[in-house]
Amino acid sequence: MKNRVGREIPEYIKGYGQVKPFDGALANYGERTKTSVKLRSVKPGENKLVETIEEVLDKVGIRDGMTVSFHHHLRNGDYVMNLVMEAIAKRGVKDITVAASGIFKVHEPLADYIKRGIITGMSANYIAPGSVATAISKGFLQKPAVLMSHGGRPRAIESGDLHIDVAFIAAPTADFYGNLNGVQGKAACGTLAYSVSDAQYADYVVAVTDNLVPYPACPIEISQDNVDYVVKIESIGDPNGIVSGTLTVTKDPVGLRIAKLAAQVIEATGYIKEGMSFQTGAGGTSLAVAAEVRKFMQEKNVVGSFAAGGITGYMVDMLNEGLFRSLFDVQCFDLKAIASIRDNPKHQKMSGSLYGNPHNRGAVVNNLDVMILGATEIDTDFNVNVVTGSDGIIIGASGGHNDTAAGSKLAIVVTNLTKGRLPVVKDHVTTVTTPGETIDVLVTERGIAVNPGRQDLIDKLKETDLPIVPIEELKNIAERLTGKPEPIELSDQIVAIVEYRDGTVIDVVRKPL
Amino acid sequence: MSLNRSMLIIPGNNPQRLQNAPVFNPDLLALDLADGVSIDEKDSARILVKEAINFMDYENVQVVVRINSLQSGLGAKDIEVITPVKPVAFIVSQASAEQLQNVEKVLSESEKNAGLNQGSIGLIPVIETVEALENISSVLSASPRVNGVFFNAEGLARELGINRSKEGDEILYARSKVAMACRAAGIKSFDTVFTDVNDIEGLEKDSLNARNLGFTGKAAIDGRQIDTIHKIFV
Amino acid sequence: MKINKTAQAGAIESSDVLVTVAPNPEGGIKVELETKRVIQKQFGKQIEKVILETVKQKGIDNALIKAQDKGALDYTYRARVLTALERASI
Repeated sequence: MKNRVGREIPEYIKGYGQVKPFDGALANYGERTKTSVKLRSVKPGENKLVETIEEVLDKVGIRDGMTVSFHHHLRNGDYVMNLVMEAIAKRGVKDITVAASGIFKVHEPLADYIKRGIITGMSANYIAPGSVATAISKGFLQKPAVLMSHGGRPRAIESGDLHIDVAFIAAPTADFYGNLNGVQGKAACGTLAYSVSDAQYADYVVAVTDNLVPYPACPIEISQDNVDYVVKIESIGDPNGIVSGTLTVTKDPVGLRIAKLAAQVIEATGYIKEGMSFQTGAGGTSLAVAAEVRKFMQEKNVVGSFAAGGITGYMVDMLNEGLFRSLFDVQCFDLKAIASIRDNPKHQKMSGSLYGNPHNRGAVVNNLDVMILGATEIDTDFNVNVVTGSDGIIIGASGGHNDTAAGSKLAIVVTNLTKGRLPVVKDHVTTVTTPGETIDVLVTERGIAVNPGRQDLIDKLKETDLPIVPIEELKNIAERLTGKPEPIELSDQIVAIVEYRDGTVIDVVRKPL
Repeated sequence: MSLNRSMLIIPGNNPQRLQNAPVFNPDLLALDLADGVSIDEKDSARILVKEAINFMDYENVQVVVRINSLQSGLGAKDIEVITPVKPVAFIVSQASAEQLQNVEKVLSESEKNAGLNQGSIGLIPVIETVEALENISSVLSASPRVNGVFFNAEGLARELGINRSKEGDEILYARSKVAMACRAAGIKSFDTVFTDVNDIEGLEKDSLNARNLGFTGKAAIDGRQIDTIHKIFV
Repeated sequence: MKINKTAQAGAIESSDVLVTVAPNPEGGIKVELETKRVIQKQFGKQIEKVILETVKQKGIDNALIKAQDKGALDYTYRARVLTALERASI
């Protein structure tokens, strides 16, 4: 059957179940029920501290077929997922589903477990290019992987669509009773936002820490009433892999040009105004846009309401400069962000659900004015792909892309028109992650295209001398430079399912031939 | 009437820069086969520039090519290969009246061989020697093809053995002379490059200075400089 | 034009290609393209076509062409192949 973005998807997928096809960004709202939670109540005097991971696996009764979860706040410095999976594999347990919020290069050992059938299912909001992504793309994972967004994953957990048997929460700081935070300790990572729903809904919640502090831990992000066991190990992660070095604005002249054009679009459409809200990514060009927006805000003496997202030191500087009243932080990218969230009450934590869950009483993305997004590919309907390369191999996944695009009033994709030899604008994207109806403007170095559905933006931008062109023309310019790409040959085997934030299926990834 | 406020100079042997150049909207795009290319790669650059001019989306810029000197043995080949793709002009380094006349002879021959109208391609002499500076009127009138001038202070500084400064006091006389001579001859003039690409404020001051002395445009070595130059040389 | 020796042109740098040209002891034109999978799948045929056309245009029927690609466009391929051929024929 064809879904609302014209993608062909089966009605039933083996290893996944009945498919709810994507039917529009706002099609799936209304009355919702949160699932019930099973837990073991803890009597006074009971002990939660466990010596080893092996012991805690005994306690939770780890067995074949279970779903275990992990957060990715330790990013490429994480040790916990590998340690836990290694311990599980050693006991001969198999058929495990890993529900991770993110998979990084450091998690390469999982590729082997996938090939051996120890891991037979996986869901994630982000899978870095590497062995795991390749293993999944080649079809080694028994059940199709499920790619969710940062808002869609807590939705799935809270609704019961994603049931977690054991949640393993890497905690930079913990006390013996399971109060956790991410802002202290040698492996400090800032907020633990992506683990909040796991802590509230999983059958068992295990904190893994390398920093046991006297009771009570302070501050508390995940509280003791949601934690079953606490395991102390030598080290939960490598600080060099956890935090990036200082992320700076790009020096690339083309990236700077794109950023300048994007900021001019924001200004010309009237979104640089008192009380504005803004979100951008952590990459060099994304920060360059923030730098240009900053200049406009300073010129016009504007104080914004909030900036949101994964937070970098650059956004912290803007907060401290008084350009925003507050920050909503779902992930800290560098040391400056960690220190700020720890010390500044205006820098607030935001759980994955609060960030982007479409099925709660209103997520932060609903209040977002301007969102700066990236894209691997975008097509002439403005559909965006951030999941696969043009060769069909998984290289990323949704992250907060379709959440923020849906919620924001002005969603701008900033990208080079071509990346090396590869045209970014195409007739049809390889995989749809974010539907075109939620993307408003595409800014490239060779021109700006506005979604025909936004006549209000078209009218305002007509008055400027910005290079506004139809998106078809951008595609033609790209193809003139690179040549027309030959279509990728794909098999019928579905290796991954791309869920929209509301749990419907917006596309599938088929194994490339 | 095309605008002649800015001239972006980029090394001719670098495909990435050739591809990114039009993005910055310079009025003139100068593809450099000379100073910006190492001796081993002169042949490579020549062919790459020719293919680029044929292929790239340079519709909104005027493409000019800086050729090597005839004495080096490379200049004639540059002219022969590039003429058929019709650049707007050739930039002649270390120009002198005699040089320009020699270049003109080779160019006329190449235009004939390529089936182009005589005089299609202009010449932009680079004033960067004391001799050219003092005899600038004869340089400008050496050929009817001369339709622009590029003042290169770095070349002059090398010859005089002096250090350049951002304020440019040391080149005040040279700048004034070039600007005035061009005005008298009705020819467009491009002031020397501001080499600190990160100092936008300094670029603005320098550009204003040049404009006030009578220049009609300025050269650039980085795309980021173009917007500022266009702001000053309206 | 005849290929007398091995010669190179271009560079292993973003948007460029390093082309190596050598005589082919077996006769005929053989093209070997080394590039990222995602480029190979979408543009591999086109790139090989451009290389072959450029070589044939020079009247050469015997050459080994190796291209180590970093995302070069067609015009760069034409230029680097032509330069390498010239360097290999002196």
